[in-house]
Amino acid sequence: MAKAAANKIAAPRSAERRPVLAGQELSVTGVTLAVLPPAERISLRAPDALVAALSKALGVTLPQKPKTSAAEAGRIALWLGPDEWLVIDDAGKDPLADCAAVTALHSAVGISHRNVAMSVTGPAAAATISAGCPQDLSLDAFPVGAASRTILGKAEIVLLRTATDAFRVECWRSFSDYVFTFLSEAAGDAAA
Amino acid sequence: MIATFRIPGAGRLKQAETARFSFDGQLYAGVEGETLASALLANGVHLVGRSFKYHRPRGFLSAGAEEPNALVEIKRDAARKTPNVRATVQELYDGLTAQSQNRWPSLAFDVSALGDIASPLLSAGFYYKTFMWPKSAWKNFYEPKIRAAAGLGVAPDQPDPDHYSARFAHCDVLVLGGGAAGIAAALAAAESGVRVILADEQPDFGGSLRFESGAKIVGQDGFAWAQGAVAKLGAMDNVRVLSRTTAFGYYAQNFVGLVERVSDHLQSPGRDLPRERLWQVRAKRVVLATGAIERHIVFADNDRPGVMLASAARTYLNHFGVAVGRNVGVYTANDSAYAAAIDLKKAGVGVAAIVDLRDNPTGALIDEARALGIEVNFGRAVIRAGGKLRVSSMTVQPKNGGGERTIPVDAILMSAGWTPSVHLFSQSRGKVAFNDETKRFVPGTYAQDCVSVGACNGTDGLSATIDEAYAAGAKAAKDAGVKNIGANTVKGTKPKVDASESWSRGMLGAAPGAGPDTTVKAFVDFQNDVTAKDIRQAVHEGMRSIEHVKRFTTNGMATDQGKTSNMHGLAIAAETLDKPIPQVGLTTFRAPYTPVTFGSIVGHARGPLFDPTRKTAIHPWAEAQGAVFEDVGQWKRAWYFPKAGEDMHAAVDRECVTVRKTAGLFDASTLGKIEVVGPDAAKFMELLYTNPWEKLEPGRCRYGIMLREDGFIYDDGVVGRLAADRFHVTTTTGGAPRVMNHMEDYLQTEFPHLNVWLTSITEQWAVIAVQGPKSREIIAPLIEGIDMSDGALPHMSVREGRICGVPTRLFRMSFTGERGFEVNVPADYGQAVWEALWTEGQNHGACAYGTEAMHVLRAEKGYIIVGQDTDGTVTPNDAGLDWAVGKKKTDFVGIRGMARPDLVAKGRKQLVGLKTRDPKVVLEEGAQIVGDPKQAIPMTMIGHVTSSYWSENCGRSIALALVAGGRDRMGETLYVPMPNATIEVEVTGMVFFDEKGERLNG
Amino acid sequence: MLLIRCPYCEEERPELEFRNAGEAHIARSADMAATSDDDFEKFFFIRSNPKGIIYERWRHMHGCARFFNAVRDTVSDRFLMTYKAGEPKPAKLPGASE
Repeated sequence: MAKAAANKIAAPRSAERRPVLAGQELSVTGVTLAVLPPAERISLRAPDALVAALSKALGVTLPQKPKTSAAEAGRIALWLGPDEWLVIDDAGKDPLADCAAVTALHSAVGISHRNVAMSVTGPAAAATISAGCPQDLSLDAFPVGAASRTILGKAEIVLLRTATDAFRVECWRSFSDYVFTFLSEAAGDAAA
Repeated sequence: MIATFRIPGAGRLKQAETARFSFDGQLYAGVEGETLASALLANGVHLVGRSFKYHRPRGFLSAGAEEPNALVEIKRDAARKTPNVRATVQELYDGLTAQSQNRWPSLAFDVSALGDIASPLLSAGFYYKTFMWPKSAWKNFYEPKIRAAAGLGVAPDQPDPDHYSARFAHCDVLVLGGGAAGIAAALAAAESGVRVILADEQPDFGGSLRFESGAKIVGQDGFAWAQGAVAKLGAMDNVRVLSRTTAFGYYAQNFVGLVERVSDHLQSPGRDLPRERLWQVRAKRVVLATGAIERHIVFADNDRPGVMLASAARTYLNHFGVAVGRNVGVYTANDSAYAAAIDLKKAGVGVAAIVDLRDNPTGALIDEARALGIEVNFGRAVIRAGGKLRVSSMTVQPKNGGGERTIPVDAILMSAGWTPSVHLFSQSRGKVAFNDETKRFVPGTYAQDCVSVGACNGTDGLSATIDEAYAAGAKAAKDAGVKNIGANTVKGTKPKVDASESWSRGMLGAAPGAGPDTTVKAFVDFQNDVTAKDIRQAVHEGMRSIEHVKRFTTNGMATDQGKTSNMHGLAIAAETLDKPIPQVGLTTFRAPYTPVTFGSIVGHARGPLFDPTRKTAIHPWAEAQGAVFEDVGQWKRAWYFPKAGEDMHAAVDRECVTVRKTAGLFDASTLGKIEVVGPDAAKFMELLYTNPWEKLEPGRCRYGIMLREDGFIYDDGVVGRLAADRFHVTTTTGGAPRVMNHMEDYLQTEFPHLNVWLTSITEQWAVIAVQGPKSREIIAPLIEGIDMSDGALPHMSVREGRICGVPTRLFRMSFTGERGFEVNVPADYGQAVWEALWTEGQNHGACAYGTEAMHVLRAEKGYIIVGQDTDGTVTPNDAGLDWAVGKKKTDFVGIRGMARPDLVAKGRKQLVGLKTRDPKVVLEEGAQIVGDPKQAIPMTMIGHVTSSYWSENCGRSIALALVAGGRDRMGETLYVPMPNATIEVEVTGMVFFDEKGERLNG
Repeated sequence: MLLIRCPYCEEERPELEFRNAGEAHIARSADMAATSDDDFEKFFFIRSNPKGIIYERWRHMHGCARFFNAVRDTVSDRFLMTYKAGEPKPAKLPGASE
């Protein structure tokens, strides 16, 4: 402690990142829930004509078919609407910067901190999510790679099937406690 | 106690464990796997309840879900008391505790049974007639008395400790009902490889095969075949088999609600299992295989304990191994009761006589009954059951009159015939059709993609049923239109029926001896105590439609929804009206098929999952500081930060004073935030807000007002222009989702030509408001890349830079009237940056303040809160915000609405300030304002208080109010009449503190 | 719970994802400020509320977030068809009896 400070304390000039629910996990018979580490994310909006240019800049082909996604080198692009994609980068690269290089008409907005991601894995993963999600999650209707904004109980989520028995659930930060609690309770029942 | 009515070697519970249970305090022994009804019957107990209206003693009518009489309370512990449980459905477990209902002081002696004697006073429609005079007596006398006497069972008085779960499910073929028909349909569908769900309300599949001893399928006993087939189905990947699961509601587009009773049959369910699970199933095709329900016969005193359906007695014998009596009588109008008599006789039970209403029936069953030495009487009726707490005899008479003969019996097994269960079909909006030959309603016109098979479709005979069901299951699978099923397809064959029981037509309506010329109590609806006489009376009193008869008599309106009574009631009404049955019509079947618990409807949505609780990134800090929170929509917001010994008032006063003296930190993260991006962003803003935006320079902010098309204020907030094509819009906390929806609506549907997109960034940014004269000094040391001087960063501007090394959007703006900033940082950094600012703030004596102080501080400056000072009928002019409306603009949402004659008329309510004459008096928000307090009541109210606080900074109370013609009343004295006193107020301007606004740069 | 076909997602999705947004094909005047009182009344307040076929707006709120139009029979609650926002009122309705 600097004695010359005369009771004045200097605040730190750096800020620690404190992700919500960091590291929370739950494992029951048939299903494991885990809050995923922070990722870089953008909400990308663009007309059809510019999809190619943006795909090139992002290094992942923006899908144009409803309820689909595309992945390339740690970066996933999820079709959310006819001119809307959620781009997630788990490899620590910033898709916002990549889009900034594109002069063509589009809107890229950083939402890395807006969303929280969770994984739901195991043979009872689909049953767990079906406790609150009204969509058909069979492999025929929601195959690996399928992605959709939908609802879980009383919260909105984005759902991505990453493998036969694995999903990624994204929700807004302040809904993450509700979503994780909901999935935890549902997981206990899904195994039964 | 020894279960004296259990028949060695009978039934299917041979290996089962003994279960001890109590009924009305008396201990009994039963067998696990049987129902409470079966266990009580095994112990010779028939009297289990009292009826609703007349408090008549009642026993078991049925062995299933249609039971109207045997309703009991099941009590696990103080909190787990379930009233109105059908003893015929409740499975026995060791330690089960049951109690009878609707009796006082005891089941055998019930004082209210006097109602039975006084029953002429309680005839049909008695509610509407008897209690009408004198008028005043209804509220003070009749209603309390009726409420005390009426009602079945007692609702639990503690929170439900059980939990309930829910599941959405999707399948190609949903089969409802797991009897022979349902199983055959499910087999055919499953073999084709499609996704199948098969559900049945019983613990064991098989439906009527549970009692039909004459059924043989694929060389086996029918019930054994059913078990094998269901086991095979359960082992298939594409099939889900649900037992103890009732389909209670059939909704649009093949959406069916099922309740699975998961643990009501278990001795100690444990925390892992839910009590019930709600399945919301969407099926491409539905196969209804819901079977048929046997009807009782309507004759005098047919409700005596021991009088029951013939198929029920057979179920108790063949499935549970229990005899319902030692010397039974049989009363029938069809063949199936003969099968019951034969089974009982073969099991060693005495059968006193079969009384058959038919004149000359023939058939194998009749021959067999005779061969077994059972007395068979044709063309005769049972005109009365003897006994009170238990049937003791049946009195027989030729059906056209003649000599009576009384036969002692200890049970009467009756069968008027079978009613197809068209409940779910009818709920699906299908129309039933009356088959005049067989006198029954069967599915007619379908409204959804479903098909009925077997008994519920009026298909008779096991062989025909399985043929029909198997074909329907295969067709449903094909019609589901599933491509590429492949892997799950297995070769199957239609189950072959080797032997079955015959079916014959029955009768409807009152039996001889309970005809129009009689006054006997021949019950049609047991649960609501409706007799044949009541139905006739309803018709005589003018009811013509069956819907009116139903409501006047309450026939079919009890919790069993008339499963046994509807057809009899209809037939009696039709006979009285002298009309054919189809012309009188059938009442509508509505969900739920059987009662559904609130728990299963609520599912997971209770406690913390009742509704999402949203917390900001800074919430943990505020919680650690002892903040008191308030709910704002789904958000928890820090309301005030009391120090030791402070009450709310003291804390808020201190916070308000500190902000104006030094500075305060406020968590504004919940404000809605929308990023508006694109070359037409300014054009879009021009259309959505009243203000002009095109000329706002990047880096500057403006207070914006948003209207609805009708010209009333919808939302407000500060908007910063980050770049020519990028705006950072803020909305009210509560308005965030609807403002986003409103903006998207206009963008997508009215202004789709604009190149602009909207993204919600509410949760991307944590927002820390730093307000007060020392605010700049607190923030500046932590900021990089932003010149914070007044020249470079004037009031109402925005800059992007870094704070504590992380990105920030720094707004210079004020909702307190002080020099102020709002620091936006990515949410995960919110708490750390807050703590850094807090540390700096401590050096200047700053405080943290909550929403209450925020409200007071803004009111001192006359800043409005949309939704508090406005209510959806306030225009910008009413709120004194004309300055924020672009006068040169040619279009924006609300421009025309604002100009409507009523919205520009004189005398509208305008927002003004109010000062109480006594500065210590704080007005009540919502209080009404009058011009003349001496006028007669009701007074003419000219406005109301919208905001009111004690302002420590002003040393007095302050208030905002909407007052008619308010701005022309400056200085006028008005009055606020309150229950204890009338408060005198003076109309003032809206700014109570720093009227010149000098402190924004102070 | 109804199933509603979203013309943008090109499949039927559960009603829980949708929100009704009132009657469709009520055009906002290009010259709003000059609209007469009568025309504004018709535009803002008057709705047809028919027994039978209604043209209405829905938003796939918790899906693709697009607004679209639907034709629904208010008697049977059946959706006859859905189509994208901005597309004209369909001239022919599939399977319409009226």
